[in-house]
Amino acid sequence: MKRRRERIDRGIKARSGDLFALCSWREMLYLSTPRLLPIIGLLVLSFALSVYWQRVLLSVSVFALLAISWDILAQTGMISLGQALFFGTGAYLAGIMNHYWGWPPVVTIPLATFFGGLLCTGFLVPVLRLRGIYFSMVTLIIPLMLVRIIEATRIFGGTEGISGLAPLPSRWMELYLVIAALLATLFGFRRLMSSDFGLVLKGINDNDRSVMNAGINIYWFKTQSLFIASSVGAFAGAFMTHIYLFVGMPVFALDYSILPIAAAVVGGIGTFAGSVLGAFILVPLSEILRGLGGLRIVFYGVFLVLFTVAIPEGIFHYIQRKYHQVERWVEVEK
Amino acid sequence: MSPSPLLRIFGLSKNFGGVQAINDLSMELVEGELLGLIGPNGSGKTTAVNLITGFVKPTEGEITFRDRDITGWAPYKIVRLGIARTFQMVKPFYQLPAYKNMIIPLYSPRVKQMTGGKYGDRDAKALDLLEEVGFERDAFVAYKAASALPQGYLKRLELAKAIALNPDLMILDELFSGLSLAEVASIVPIIEKLRQEGKTIIMIEHRLKELFRIADRIVVLNFGEKIAEGTSDEVMESDAVKKAYLGAEA
Repeated sequence: MKRRRERIDRGIKARSGDLFALCSWREMLYLSTPRLLPIIGLLVLSFALSVYWQRVLLSVSVFALLAISWDILAQTGMISLGQALFFGTGAYLAGIMNHYWGWPPVVTIPLATFFGGLLCTGFLVPVLRLRGIYFSMVTLIIPLMLVRIIEATRIFGGTEGISGLAPLPSRWMELYLVIAALLATLFGFRRLMSSDFGLVLKGINDNDRSVMNAGINIYWFKTQSLFIASSVGAFAGAFMTHIYLFVGMPVFALDYSILPIAAAVVGGIGTFAGSVLGAFILVPLSEILRGLGGLRIVFYGVFLVLFTVAIPEGIFHYIQRKYHQVERWVEVEK
Repeated sequence: MSPSPLLRIFGLSKNFGGVQAINDLSMELVEGELLGLIGPNGSGKTTAVNLITGFVKPTEGEITFRDRDITGWAPYKIVRLGIARTFQMVKPFYQLPAYKNMIIPLYSPRVKQMTGGKYGDRDAKALDLLEEVGFERDAFVAYKAASALPQGYLKRLELAKAIALNPDLMILDELFSGLSLAEVASIVPIIEKLRQEGKTIIMIEHRLKELFRIADRIVVLNFGEKIAEGTSDEVMESDAVKKAYLGAEA
């Protein structure tokens, strides 16, 4: 007798689908738990962690932001291999504004976010027509080129970088700023992508000819998506500049390009929540493995492979399915 | 004096590498006309449509719409002028419900122009348009995922997406292909209704019997060249057409 797995929506999912969600606390709790969980979780973590792990939390949040930014580009049909471009541009802009003009972080971070987004969009607009791997290659190369330019021309401190930058007012300020940014981006982007605007973006990924055929200029929409994504990346960079109190060539390092992709893939593409989840697994994992020295990368790699083989859809998709559906084995009749 | 043509194609040519897909094609289309574009496989019908709608840039020649030169324009600009097309291969967003598939055309700047700067309630508009092409409102078909729809409904969805843009000229690329006789019979009235509304239509078809019943004029292509033009009876009498369809001996 052959069997197959059958998936059925939980009763409570159907019951809480519409206005009926207001029927009882149980239904309302069912709907609000997944939304409240990251908010409460982050707040609790911010209190419970030691100073060292609070620093790790900062880094986790920054990578989560970069992964979200990667995810929105991927959903618009642009596979970026160069999140370091966004990160590095934001970082350098904040550093320059702080070092040369003496502007405080409260000014440099918002300005670096906006102009960083604008600058990166400017870098990539000429290649928006490229598709697939060709676009990816350009995004990979630009940050590497910028590093060499800084090295060769010795601008902005050259290989030494710029140090002695102004810190944020307090440790708590750092923590809550990045947590607020992360939550706002996560929920904001989820809402954005389920709006009609988001539908057009996803449409470009699915079938760009069909979108063009609706009289929609897909390059303008791609540009908007690019600006949104690169602003988020630039914010992450500007923020980290004022954490490390230093900006230099490492901000264009490959880590900032590759780790966000790994986080998004492990967590689940297309949900943003998956990207955050992925960052919350991979970055601390890398910290824990630090004690292993050289073997760290090996273990890290093995974990990555295990994750992707065991749950290829991504952890978030898996959890989401378990939350909404029950599975059972049924016999297949011949 | 005859009215100035809605669409005018003059000396249009396109070659892909060494292949001459369209060779010196000229034709005119007056407002309110239904033109059937036929020809054997690979005769350049779809390329002609791609050239008109801007998806492919011509090697030579000129296309004007309402006396405006639109040769080599980007597809989205051409749509905004009022030319909409359907695709031969329907590729809806399968995971979305049928009516959500209508959101993208309803997001078009063309729709915004027509409604005076307001988009309005897109979901409601989508359901209205789908009802127009035969998605019965009380049967929940419009709420089904596109992946669960039969071919007939997918073609209707494709048609509705073009209607949503409120075009002056509609180009329907093999709308009837893959449909049963009954399905074709149920789509024909929709096209007739569009004509009553004054739309100009170009239909590419292999289903000649159904096409001849509704078309005013037929243009026959073979190897990228126009080999005949006229009413359905006239073109079927033409020797060149017999030769193209049936082979040299006919």
